[in-house]
Amino acid sequence: MSEADTKAIPNSMQETVWVEEVSFLDRVPRSVSMTFVFAVFLGLWQLSTSLGLVSPIILPTPGETFKDLVFVGKNLLSGDYMLLALWITVKEVIYGFALAIVIGFSLGVLVGETAFGERAIMPYLVAIDTMPKVAFAPLFVAWLGFGIESKVALAAFIATFPIVVGTAAGLHAADENSRMLFKTMGASRMQTLIKMKLPMGLPQMFTGLKIGAVGVMAGAITGEFLGGGKGFGELIRVAASQLNTPRVFSLILYLSLFGLALYALVTWTQRRVVFWHKASFVGNDE
Amino acid sequence: MPLSAAAADASAGNSAPVYELTNVGKTYARNLVIALEDVSVTLHRGSFSSVIGSSGCGKSTLLKIMAGLIPPSTGRVVLQDQPVTGPRRDIGMMFQQATLFPWRTTVENIVLPIEIRDGRAAAVKAKDRAHELLDVVGLKGFEDVYPNELSGGMAQRAAICRMLITEPAVLLLDEPFSALDELSRDMMNMELQRICAEQHATAFLVTHSIAEAVILSDHIYVMKPRPGRLAEVVTVDLPRPRTLDMITTPKFGSLVDYIRGLLDKGEAL
Ligand SMILES: Nc1ncnc2c1ncn2[C@@H]1O[C@H](COP(=O)(O)OP(=O)(O)O)[C@@H](O)[C@H]1O
Ligand SMILES: [Mg+2]
Repeated sequence: MSEADTKAIPNSMQETVWVEEVSFLDRVPRSVSMTFVFAVFLGLWQLSTSLGLVSPIILPTPGETFKDLVFVGKNLLSGDYMLLALWITVKEVIYGFALAIVIGFSLGVLVGETAFGERAIMPYLVAIDTMPKVAFAPLFVAWLGFGIESKVALAAFIATFPIVVGTAAGLHAADENSRMLFKTMGASRMQTLIKMKLPMGLPQMFTGLKIGAVGVMAGAITGEFLGGGKGFGELIRVAASQLNTPRVFSLILYLSLFGLALYALVTWTQRRVVFWHKASFVGNDE
Repeated sequence: MPLSAAAADASAGNSAPVYELTNVGKTYARNLVIALEDVSVTLHRGSFSSVIGSSGCGKSTLLKIMAGLIPPSTGRVVLQDQPVTGPRRDIGMMFQQATLFPWRTTVENIVLPIEIRDGRAAAVKAKDRAHELLDVVGLKGFEDVYPNELSGGMAQRAAICRMLITEPAVLLLDEPFSALDELSRDMMNMELQRICAEQHATAFLVTHSIAEAVILSDHIYVMKPRPGRLAEVVTVDLPRPRTLDMITTPKFGSLVDYIRGLLDKGEAL
């Protein structure tokens, strides 16, 4: 009967109903699919340990790891020795990042804005950048000792280069029209830099900062592995030497949380500062 | 009222010259291209002139010399009795792209030339004037909007305001609406005519549309290429204000044909 009804309506009167095909997987919400992947991961982990596929020294069970996570978490919250160690690493990272930002930005402006910097300094920076920078760790220890200074130096050393490159690239991003416009307005070189080139280069600079934020963590931990001290890296090294694998796992997890927080801070700042540049945070969005 | 006065001035052709170029030549040192040879242009106060010619015949070069962005190789360039030796505040310029800065609101973009020349305090004071100009171009209510929310035509209107804020004596327009679609372009051209009349502006437009040149101009400088020279200066004596339906009149048609003939002859050389 309903079929007859539809037939009675001439084709031209019917509304166009367009059913777009979306595959089942694309329709699953992100939170659900992420939980799913995590569950599969845990399941495989549990399976491989309970079937005895891997030795418990190499891979602890998820249960053991979780217990240790709780233990370390309590220790951190109660302000015990682990928090002190974390605080040392946090300080290294923050000082290292701040140093890298100051040096990286200054060098970036020098290289990106002056012909001298571009011709005479950039080649050296590129040469140093291609070296494996952690190889400098023993040197920093020899120069600065076993305290946090040598770790700060290595962390800053690693994070500086992406910031230089990001800043220089950002300064080169200004298009011909904008330069010409500033010229017609009679802008000085300083005004052109501050009111046009720097703001226009912010997206590239933040890309450099994000790469730097990852590098600064790696630098601080590597510094602690190779140069001792009392930081979080030392805790990991000790736990590993005692074959306390669950501890290593949970320490790494907490460390990653800190790394994630640093990265999130940079991203958050970027959204505030570069609110006008859609492409720089599209994709980070839900 | 000011409109008809400007039109009368222009058609009389004997009002004071604002901008005078005499025997200007330009050879780019880099590649020894002779971009301009012996070009003379006189812009009278309140008149609208266009330069038309095929691509590469030196139109942008001419405009850059007039804007004080590059020096001429030979000849004299005099604006308001002062030789042009660099960018000046009595020159306003507009390009094919609106080039609004996305981190500034519309009104902040418009007062940018003031901020650069006279500092931040002066720029804040100039905001009242910016609001008036936005009203003139029909962008009232978009003062505090960021440019990525403006359409192409709206962005070019804002760029017009930015050009006018320093009250320049001459407006230099390098294909300002050629990035817009045809309907918006026609509309913006009519707007441009109205704004120029209201502001008593002296304008010099680069275009490669013959119809656009004819509908807007009092004088059309037709150029021929290699090296860039003037073929002829065509006077358009259509009455003002011009309207889009004039395009269908025989007079308009014959002017367009005549200019096309000049351009074809230039190409054939
Ligand atoms: N900066 C430059 N350096 C060298 N040659 C140039 C430069 N700008 C333009 N030219 C040359 O000068 C000629 C005229 O160019 P242009 O003024 O841009 O022409 P149009 O705007 O009419 O297309 C062209 O042959 C072009 O290659
Ligand atoms: Mg051009």
